[in-house]
Parts: sequence; structure tokens; C-alpha cells
Amino acid sequence: MQTRKKYIFLTLLASWLLLFFFAGERLLRFTSFSERKTEAQRNWPHWTDQSLLKSFADPEELQSDGDPSVPSPRERRAAQLSIYKNSRCRMETCFDFSRCEKHGFRVFTYPRHRDQPISESYSKILTSIERSRYYTPNPEEACLFILSIDTLDRDHLSGQYIHDVDEKIQGFPLWNSGRNHLIFNLYSGTWPNYTEDLGFDIGQAILAKASFYTESFRPGFDISIPLFPKDHPQRGGERGWLYQDSVPPKKKYLLVFKGKRYLTGIGSGTRNALHHIHNGKDIISLTTCKHGKDWERHKDTRCDKDNVNYEKFDYQELLHNSTFCIVPRGRRLGSFRFLEALQAACIPVLLSDGWELPFAEAIDWGKAAVVGNEKLLLQQQTQFLWDAYFSSVDKIVHTTLEIIRDRLLQHRSRSRVLWNALPGGLLALPDFSTHLGDFPFYHLQRGSSPSKRFTAFIRVTSMEGSLSQPILRLIQAVSRSQYCAQILVLWSSEKPSPPRGKWPQTTVPLTVIQGRSKVSDRFFPYAAIQTDAVLSLDEHMSLSTSEVDFAFVVWRSFPERIVGFPAQSHFWDAEQRRWGYTSKWTNELSIVLTTAAFYHRYYHSLFTQYLPAGLRELVDGLAACEDILMNILVAAVTKLPPIKVAQRKQHKEAVPQQVGREDGDAGMPLAGEWSPSPPWSPPAKGKGTASGRHLSQQQDCLDQLVDWFGYMPLVSSQLRLDPVLFKDQVSILRKKYPLLDKP
Amino acid sequence: MCASAKYNTRGPALIPRMKTKHRIYYITLFSIVLLGLIATGIFQFWPHSIESSNDWTIEKRSVHDVPVVKLPADSPIPERGDLSCRMHTCFDVYRCGFNPKNKIKVYIYSLKKYVDEYGTSVSNTISREYNELLTAISDSEFYTDDVNRACLFVPSIDVLNQNALRIKETAQALAQLSRWDRGTNHLLFNMLPGGPPDYNTALDVPRDRALLAGGGFSTWTYRQGYDVSIPVYSPLSAEVDLPERGPGPRRYFILSSQMSLHPEYRSELEALQAENGESVLILDKCTNLSDGVPAVRKRCHRNQVFDYPQVLQESTFCVVLRGARLGQAVLSDVLQAGCVPVIIADSYILPFSEVLDWKRASVVIPEEKMPEMYSILQGVPQRQIEEMQRQARWFWEAYFRSMKAIALATLQIINDRIYPYAAISYEDWNDPPAVKWSSVSNPLFLPLIPPQSQGFTAIVLTYDRVESLFRVITEVSKVPSLSKLLVVWNNQNKNPPEESLWPKIRVPLKVVRTAENKLSNRFFPYDEIETEAVLAIDDDIIMLTSDELQFGYEVWREFPDRLVGYPGRLHLWDHEMNKWKYESEWTNEVSMVLTGAAFYHKYFNYLYTYKMPGDIKNWVDAHMNCEDIAMNFLVANVTGKSVIKVTPRKKFKCPECTAIDGLSLDQTHMVERSECINKFASVFGTMPLKVVEHRADPVLYKDDFPEKLKSFPNIGSL
Repeated sequence: MQTRKKYIFLTLLASWLLLFFFAGERLLRFTSFSERKTEAQRNWPHWTDQSLLKSFADPEELQSDGDPSVPSPRERRAAQLSIYKNSRCRMETCFDFSRCEKHGFRVFTYPRHRDQPISESYSKILTSIERSRYYTPNPEEACLFILSIDTLDRDHLSGQYIHDVDEKIQGFPLWNSGRNHLIFNLYSGTWPNYTEDLGFDIGQAILAKASFYTESFRPGFDISIPLFPKDHPQRGGERGWLYQDSVPPKKKYLLVFKGKRYLTGIGSGTRNALHHIHNGKDIISLTTCKHGKDWERHKDTRCDKDNVNYEKFDYQELLHNSTFCIVPRGRRLGSFRFLEALQAACIPVLLSDGWELPFAEAIDWGKAAVVGNEKLLLQQQTQFLWDAYFSSVDKIVHTTLEIIRDRLLQHRSRSRVLWNALPGGLLALPDFSTHLGDFPFYHLQRGSSPSKRFTAFIRVTSMEGSLSQPILRLIQAVSRSQYCAQILVLWSSEKPSPPRGKWPQTTVPLTVIQGRSKVSDRFFPYAAIQTDAVLSLDEHMSLSTSEVDFAFVVWRSFPERIVGFPAQSHFWDAEQRRWGYTSKWTNELSIVLTTAAFYHRYYHSLFTQYLPAGLRELVDGLAACEDILMNILVAAVTKLPPIKVAQRKQHKEAVPQQVGREDGDAGMPLAGEWSPSPPWSPPAKGKGTASGRHLSQQQDCLDQLVDWFGYMPLVSSQLRLDPVLFKDQVSILRKKYPLLDKP
Repeated sequence: MCASAKYNTRGPALIPRMKTKHRIYYITLFSIVLLGLIATGIFQFWPHSIESSNDWTIEKRSVHDVPVVKLPADSPIPERGDLSCRMHTCFDVYRCGFNPKNKIKVYIYSLKKYVDEYGTSVSNTISREYNELLTAISDSEFYTDDVNRACLFVPSIDVLNQNALRIKETAQALAQLSRWDRGTNHLLFNMLPGGPPDYNTALDVPRDRALLAGGGFSTWTYRQGYDVSIPVYSPLSAEVDLPERGPGPRRYFILSSQMSLHPEYRSELEALQAENGESVLILDKCTNLSDGVPAVRKRCHRNQVFDYPQVLQESTFCVVLRGARLGQAVLSDVLQAGCVPVIIADSYILPFSEVLDWKRASVVIPEEKMPEMYSILQGVPQRQIEEMQRQARWFWEAYFRSMKAIALATLQIINDRIYPYAAISYEDWNDPPAVKWSSVSNPLFLPLIPPQSQGFTAIVLTYDRVESLFRVITEVSKVPSLSKLLVVWNNQNKNPPEESLWPKIRVPLKVVRTAENKLSNRFFPYDEIETEAVLAIDDDIIMLTSDELQFGYEVWREFPDRLVGYPGRLHLWDHEMNKWKYESEWTNEVSMVLTGAAFYHKYFNYLYTYKMPGDIKNWVDAHMNCEDIAMNFLVANVTGKSVIKVTPRKKFKCPECTAIDGLSLDQTHMVERSECINKFASVFGTMPLKVVEHRADPVLYKDDFPEKLKSFPNIGSL
């Protein structure tokens, strides 16, 4: 019995083993069958012999490609010059870089002739160039030339069409078949095809044109500009319509369009297609057939109804209240609608195939012009772009010039970050640096912070030629700050500076720079300034080490602003209908005097390189104007007010003068019913005609600056930053800046 | 021995049982065996019907074992590439259609072997790199096997290297692809275009409307927005492992490692070396290498031998000069070494230039300016060089390192054009992970000072302290800029008081009842909030003066993207415990404000409710504490900015709250709050709070100035 059972047991085991031997493999395959199923669907299998495949190129071939002997690089470049011309122009073949080497990027405009009619828009463009820091009246120095012939409207049916341009330009001795010329154009071609043809031979000139078609666009050479109306402001420009970030960014309408519908001809297809989306509620699409003289001849069945609907809505109202705006092509690819939508913070939805978007070489349109899930961001982006590049003719023209300038010095040009982040490419100078961390604006995006030390920069103008007590005290106080890296003294007196030994002994290096007696020198970008922060000081200033320390710590939180002590303010003078200036104590401030203030050293570069020489001369001629200009400049860049910090006792110059000022300054934002803030002066000490003249000069200065900028950039603030325990009734031992509390 | 012993011990116990039930047992056993055998039999014969034969043949397929296609001599040839092609003219976007995932579908033609009339093959079947590329595509989420759903077609005809092709026959092979249709929506990959003597900069194979992903485009052949410029892959990347080297100064300033440079370039480089000495190193092919040493892995300068590509890591800048072609494989090696490429190739379209910002990773110098190279490079700030070194390495890792990286980047670029609203942003393409991690992009980035006229909405969270609530309402209603008051009634068991009992105030008052007594109800983005500014206020905060609140609002207008509050708090690192600690003592620093009374943008209510990371929201509701700390973390994390503390106030002390054994209560409170900070810091993965030493006071605060003329004379006390 036992043996039989053993035998049976063995047979059983053996048969199971056999079963696994035959079926196990299959079973395993069966479990992984689902995986294999997907594998089976692949058209691209894993080849069994893929490890045996050869490389696409021999390593030797990759590392030394081709036959190096012919043609020589120089020959090749010379050959390219003759092949790639006119419609195939590129900077390296059609632009003479050597003209820009000696004098840098200088732009010359041809002299205007009286008998040559110039449209309003073109004259604005020419003015913009002449206002630019690149302008030169001397053709010898020039790198870029601009014609005085109005080439904006090249539709020969238009009244502003200039005839015989070809003959005229051929007569210019400087023309040189268009080399290094820049030609502006808004309208090209005419009915019925609206081609890209300008009606004359532009040769090797760079074309800055609106409604550029990608196919005729010479990449890296031409520039697409936006179509702007003839009443587009010369300078300054209106600000965008987004005054607040409303959440949710919902508006009355989702998507709007209101415009002509072409019944026939080019571009009619796009606009014809738009009526389907109209639902009368949140999507509004209105078209009118009334266009041209004989529209009724072409009119279709929809026209009458459409025309009635069209009148029911106001265009401006639609723009203000819609999230998205359709920007369809018209006869030409671009339309006024594009800029209008940008200004209105209405996110443009482009229906314009083949349109080379304005300044696409610099601007990342993906961030602003298409549907994104983050509407709030897109709205803000439209406003940034509008304000940085489009709101005035100046900005459009200067952006065009900067793009060309960037091509000349590739290694010193703006990266896309500089163009597409606040404050925009026009205000971020690559001459200063190409490193983002050197600018005050990009620390947040980069997760970095400005350097931890500052340079004290003291301007001395005293006539004595020796060092007064106040300046010695000031140097001592500043040098004791733990954050001070160095002290620079700008000796702007006519007397020679005292010898080395007369200067106080300080723990930080002290350098004396010989300056001229010009005020604008104080903002020159001296190479000696190595730190991000500059503490600008006047010799008469009296500051303690604690004040300096605290102000610097605050500045590190606001590196793009001016952070300082004595402050003044501007106000809207309703009676005289102009901006007024006051140094009286008020509840607001918009100017922090640079006689004691921290700011980023980049503003020295901006002041000296970005502003035209004319403004610096103005500052040299008027008293105390440099403070206003610096503050206006920084406010124009940041759109934010300066910051005033706690100060132990009032600074000498801040002793207010008693000068009459009109009441009723309705422009001051705070002048509401609950907190009347009439101007007030503490008892004046230094009342006199001198200070009166001072003030009238400052008023004059403000007027001229507002005129140059085209608007009032200054922004008011109602706050002052104090240490956390400032004048609190706690033990002085607890306080980090106890000295600030002392009266 | 051991096993048999076991068997023996078990044996006797087993056998007696079998004795009794042995019949049933045998039957069961035999039936199992029988079933097993039947099953085996089925498996033996069934497979041929259930498993697609395809599967098994594929498994064993070799690239040499593919269908052969004969191309008649007169089969059609596509037109030459159309230079005017753009996406809107030559590409059929309707094939891609609307797609909820916003991903294009890519189809790969199966591999065939093409032969001409005489049976001679047209090209090498497929290269290792092209197989890697197609495998990467087929493994990606772009891939589809359904030719009818595909939007982009990739031929399996390998045209990576034009030299290995018979041009006319390759073109014929393309033309007979099943969906060729003049090349519409077809994508070809080519890295080495052109051939002697002209070396055209784009693939010479006639390809009609097909898109070309090419390495070595010039501005004349590159169809902007249509073609994709890709790198020339360097197989060395796979062979050599160059560990990343920290940025910083290197032994050489400029290095040229290319072999067979044009003598004209070489003499210019040598002139640079003569001028600047040791810091410039010009390498060339080694002439006297012993046998067996691969020439491609060595470079020589005079008699000195260097390892390539390791030597690239010894230099700050590495020259990448054009050869006969514009695109050079050495660019990939240079980037891998973290050396900043100096690209000297006029009119070259850099790889992926549509999305990559090469100014951040390279220096481009015109050929004419080669003699000035040294001074140009000297002008690059040191900090920027370090960033470029990091950026170069990052570009290599993300977009150059493998054929897979190249393939996916190319498809992503095309995808971005077709679904532009889902496109990858500039930052995502260009920022290395470290930068992405530390940078912030503020959702309220535009510097706007909102108009004062809009005012603010006060939100009072209350449970049942009606008397105190009414006092708060009366006090807050005195603030000039208040435009609406919202009471969030958090008590589900009790109805709010009758309408007639509420204080009469000059602005609209709304009561919202909540479904659950949760702290997060205070930060819900109620539709009733119509203003940008929100004042969150507790129902027992009656000590704030009207001036104080109004001033807080004015300060918020100047800092609309921040939390603006009254008492400030601080987080500190406890070195003993090795964790964060909450601090409410009289400190000189502030990193948080209490939301018992604080102004902030309504947008942060959205973020708090819908975008709060991790389980923080539930945690707060469960613990009934720390909602204010969570809000401080959230705002600081998304804006990268500090809070603003206004006015001297340090505590919310209400007359009603008597100090009931303050000390012990205080301590548990502090422990809990510290715990919150540690918890939130771990969820956020970082400590976002920023410490500052300042607070905001009115301009004339404590100045020697008549109080009646100050805007905010009654700014309150501690």
C-alpha cells in the first residue's frame, strides 16, 4: 500500500512537473499578454539587431566635415555679398557695419525740404528720431540714414502718395543703393491686391513696415511695426486702461468685434466668417457693409440686418468691457484694432494668417496675444507691452532703432528677458551690462538679491578748498556703517582737493574723483562704483550711522526705487492747470532728494546714457533740478513712488520755505472730505528771495521735464518706512536702531 | 539528509488520513492532472489563433528583414522644397483638430527597404541615431499607430546624413509613401545637409511641402516658423561621461578644439594666441598617435596631447567655427563640458532658436570680428560667464544629450505652433531647474496703484459674539474708504440676528451663512466681494482707529500684491531644536502679519481656496488655527515679497478678553503656531517668508507738526 501510494505520488509530481515544463512558459506569456498587446500595435518595434546599427556619420566625418580648402571664408563672404541682395538681404550682406564702428550707432535724417509734403505721422517719426539719443546732424558720423521723403502711404490712390520717389532717391548722393537706410511704411499696395509693393526700389534699405507678410519679410533685417493712427501721441502717450487687477478678470463680454465687412476682394473671407459667432450676449460680432462708395451694389442679404445691429453698440464701450477682442485682417494684415485692443487690456485674438507680428524679433507675443488660461496675466501683459513699446510714436520709433542697434553688437545686445520683462527693453540698457543680476529689476524672477554692500558717493562743491566739519562728520558716520564698502568723493569745487593726508582715516577705502562743476556729473556712471547700491550724499548732509544702516536694509527690499531721507512732492495745480512743486511738509511725497538717498547704480547709467544731452544741460542750468529729474526718471521706469525712511532730525534743506501756493489742489489723491490736507509750513527760518528764486527754478524745471516726457511720471506716496519699534514705548535696549528715536 | 528526515517525520501523519479517504483523493488528483494536461494541450495549439502572429514575428524582426519596395526609374519625384512655405500655407492644421490634451498625433511609417530597378539598395537601411529617434517618438505621448488620426507623419527613411543617400531615389521613395500628399504634414530629420562642393545648408532631397528639422540651416534656407533648426548630434555624448563642473574661472580663457579648420581661420586663431599667450589654446589633429588610439578622442598642441572632449572642461570659452557646413557636432560637446560656446558662423540658425534664448548661453561673433574675439570676450562680466556656463550645460542636458531629447524638443516646438495657447513658456524652455525653483513669477506683476475711489470690502468672520460683532461693524463703518461689509456667519446652529437689530451703516452690509464652521471660510472668494482690496477682520477687533484702518488701506494701495496688516510676527530658526520657531515678542523684525485685521488682494482668496499646496487647507480647518500663517506663506511664496506691517500696533488686545491664566495658554499657543510653521515649510518645500526690519507709518508720524494738519493724526497705540 505504502509503495503504491509513493508511486502514485511520484507520478503526480512528475506529471505536474511536465505540465509546468510545457505550459509554464506559455502561462508566463499569457500573464504578460496585455503588455504585449500594446507592443504589438507599435509600428516601430524594438529591433533585435538595433545594437548593431551603424552611426549616421563616422566620428571623423562629424568632427572635421567637408573639404576645408575651398572656398576660403573670405571668398565665400564676398560671393554672398553679390548673391544675397535686395529681396534676400541680411544684415551681413546688405548692411555696412564699418560705418557704425567709429562713432557708434548714430542716426541721420535727411534735411527736410519745404516743398516736400510730409504727413503728420511721418513728421512725428522724424521728430522722434531727432529726439533720440542716437541722432546726429552729421551724415559723416551716421550709421543709419532716414529719408525725408514721406514713404508711409504707398497706396497710389491715396492723397498722400508721393510720386517719383525712385528718381528722387537716386539723386541723393548718400543713397548708395539703400545701404544703411531705414524706410518706414504703413500702407503698401493698393486695390485690389494690396501687395507688399512700395512703388519704388528700396534696394538694400531696411524696411520698417506695418502689416508685414512673413513671406516678403527678410528675417533679421526688416522690422515689422504696428499700424498707428495719425493722432498717435508723439511722446508720453496715454496709459493703458487697466487701472486695477480685477478678480475674477471677468468682464461684461467675452469676445467682441466691431468693424467693416468687406463684401468682395482680399480679406473679405476673414471678416465674413465672423457673424456666426455673434450671440448678442457675451459674444458680440458686429459688421457693417457700409464701406466705399458703391457698397450697395455688392450688398448681400445679411447687410441690412447687420447694419442695424452695428449701430446698437459703441466701439469704445465694447473695448472697455470685453476680455478678448478679435483682431481680424482687413485689406492689409494689420489693423488699428491691434493697438486699440492692447491699450484697452482686451486680449487680442488674431485672425491674420502670415502677419509678421510687430517687433517679433524682440517681443514674445506668445505671452500676450493668444488665449491662455491665465487671463489676469495676459491682461497685465497687454498693458506692459502697450506702455513699453506702443503708446507713443517715440516708443515705436525708438524700439525700431534699438532692435537695429542690438544687431550691430550681438554680444552686447538684450536677451529676451530684457525685452519681455518690466520695465521693457527701452529702459534696460545693454551698454550697462548684459548680466540680469546687475540690473535692479530682475531679482525676483531670478531668485537673487542685490549685493550686500554700498558705495557712499559724496559730492563736494564748497568753495573753501578745505574740509569743513560737517563733511568730516559725515564721512565718519558713513564709514562706520557695517554695509559700507567704499567712499567716493566727487570733488566738484574749483579749488584743488586737499592732499591725501588731510582726509580722515577710515576703515573703508576713500577715493577722491576730480569732477567738473556740473551738477549732472553727480550721476555719471563712474567705473569706481562697484556695488549695486549707491548712497548719494551732499556735503551738508548730516546723518548718523544707524540711519544709514536702516535705510540700506530697506533699500535691499526695494532695489529698484530711490530710498532716502528728505522728501518733497508735486501736486496738480488746478488753477494754473499745470503740475506744481512744493518743498513744504505735506502728508504725501513723490520726490526723495538725492542729497541723501540710496538708489541702484544702474540709474547713473540710465541718467547719463538714456537721457538726451539736452536734459542734462537743463539740469546744469537750473538749481536743484537734478533731484527732480532723477526722481522723474526712476518713476518713469518703475511707475512707483520713492520711499522715505525714518530720519532722526530734519535735514537742513528740508526746512520748508514759505511760498504762496494756491488752495484747492484737487489733484492730490488724498484731498478727500475726511482728511483735508491743506499745505502748511512750519515757521520758516530761511525765508528770503533766494529760496523763492530757487523754487521758481524748480517749477520751471518740472515744467520742462513733464514736457519732455510727455506726461507726469511722478507717483505720490503717503507712507514712510520706520524701524519696527520706532518710537514705541519699550525699553531702548530692545531696539535695533535706538538712535533714530532721539529727538 | 535533512529533507528526507523531514519527509519521514511528516509521512506517518499523512498516510493514515489517506487511508480513509484515498479513493476520493485519487480521483481528485487524477482529475487535476487530467485538467492540467488538457490545459497544456490547449495552450500548445491555441496560441496561433489568439496571439497575433505579428507579435511574435516582430519580436524576432531584424532591420534587414523588412519588406522590399522596388522603385521604378520613372516613379514620381517631389517638387523641390518650397521656400515660401509657412504653417498657414503648407501645413494642414485641420488634421490635428481639436484635442483636449493639446498634443499632436505623430505617425511613423513602418520600415521598408527601397531598391532601384536593378535591385541595388537606395540607402543604408537605418542608422543607430535615426532608430533611437523613431523609438523615442514611438515611446512618447505624441505617438499614434492610427494613420487616420495622425497629424504629423514621420517617414522611416533615414535622411540624417545626406552623404549616405542617393538623392533622386530617396525622393522617389518619399513620394510613394501612402499619405505623402505633396509632403503635407510630413517631417524629415536631417543633421548633415549638403555635399561637396557647394554644401547647401538644407537637405538637397526634393521634399515639396515637407517640414524639415535640419541641423545647419542658414537664414536663407530656414523657413521661419515652419522648419525647425536642430543640433548636430554628437555620438560622443553617449560614450563619454563628463560630470558637471561647477562654474567659475578655468585654466584657459579661449579654446579651439576643431580639426581641419580652414587655414584662414586657423591663422586668425593663431594670431590671437600669439597676442594673448597661454590663455588661448588652439588644438589640432594629432599626427603622431600610436596605433589603436582613436584619433577623434585626442587633440594636440605642438607635442602636447590632450584628451577630447575632457579638455573642453578646462576652458571658459570654446570656439565653435563653421566648417564646410554651418552646424557642427562640436557644439554639443562644448555644451556638455559646460564651456561657453563662441559661435562664429555667419547666418547660422542656432539649434531650436525658435524657443531657446542663446544669448544666455553663448556668445555669437561675426566672422569679420574674429580678430577682436579676445577683447569682446573680456568684456563679458564674470557673473554672467558663470551663468552662461550653467546655462550651456543645462541646454545640453535638456535638448542635446540624446536623440530622444532632440526628437521630443522638435515635436514640442511643432506642437506649440499648432496649440499656441498651450505652448510652453519662455521660462520653461530656458530656465534651468535651479532657477525655476528659486524664482517667482508674481501673478500681480504690473505696477499699478489701484484708484482710491474703489474702496475696500471688510469681511468679518463671526461665530456668535453678536455684541462684539456689532461694535466692530460700527467701528469699521467709520472708515471713509469702506465700500461694503460682509459678515461671514460661521455658526450653523444659530441664525444671525434679525435684520432690524443690525447697526445701521452707510455702506451695504451682507451676511453670508456658511455650511460648515471652518476657518477657511474667511478666505473664500465670495462673489459679493466687488473690490480688489479685502480687509479681513475678526469680530473682536475694536481697538483699531478709523485713521489706522484708512491708513492701512492707503498703504495697501501702494503695495497691492502684499499682505498689509497691523501686529507683526516673526519666524526664527531654533538652532537647538533644529526647526522653525514662532515669535511674537517685541522683535525688530517682521515676517508675517496677523490676519485678525489685514488688507490684501482678493486674488489671494482664490489662491487660498483653490491653489493652496498640499493638505494645508484641511490641516488648518482641522486644527482651527494658523489660517493666518498659511495665508502669509501663500502670498510670500507666490510673490516673493515681504509683508508690510503698518503703524506701531503690536497686539490685538480687546477689553473683554481678560487675561485668563495667560501664561500657560500663551505657551501652548506658541508651540502650536511653531508647529504650523514647520508643517507649512515642509509642504511648500522651502521657507518663503521674507524678514524685514521696517514698518509703514504716515509720512508725518511723530513729526513736529500740528496734529490737525496731519492726514492720519489718530494712528493708534501699541
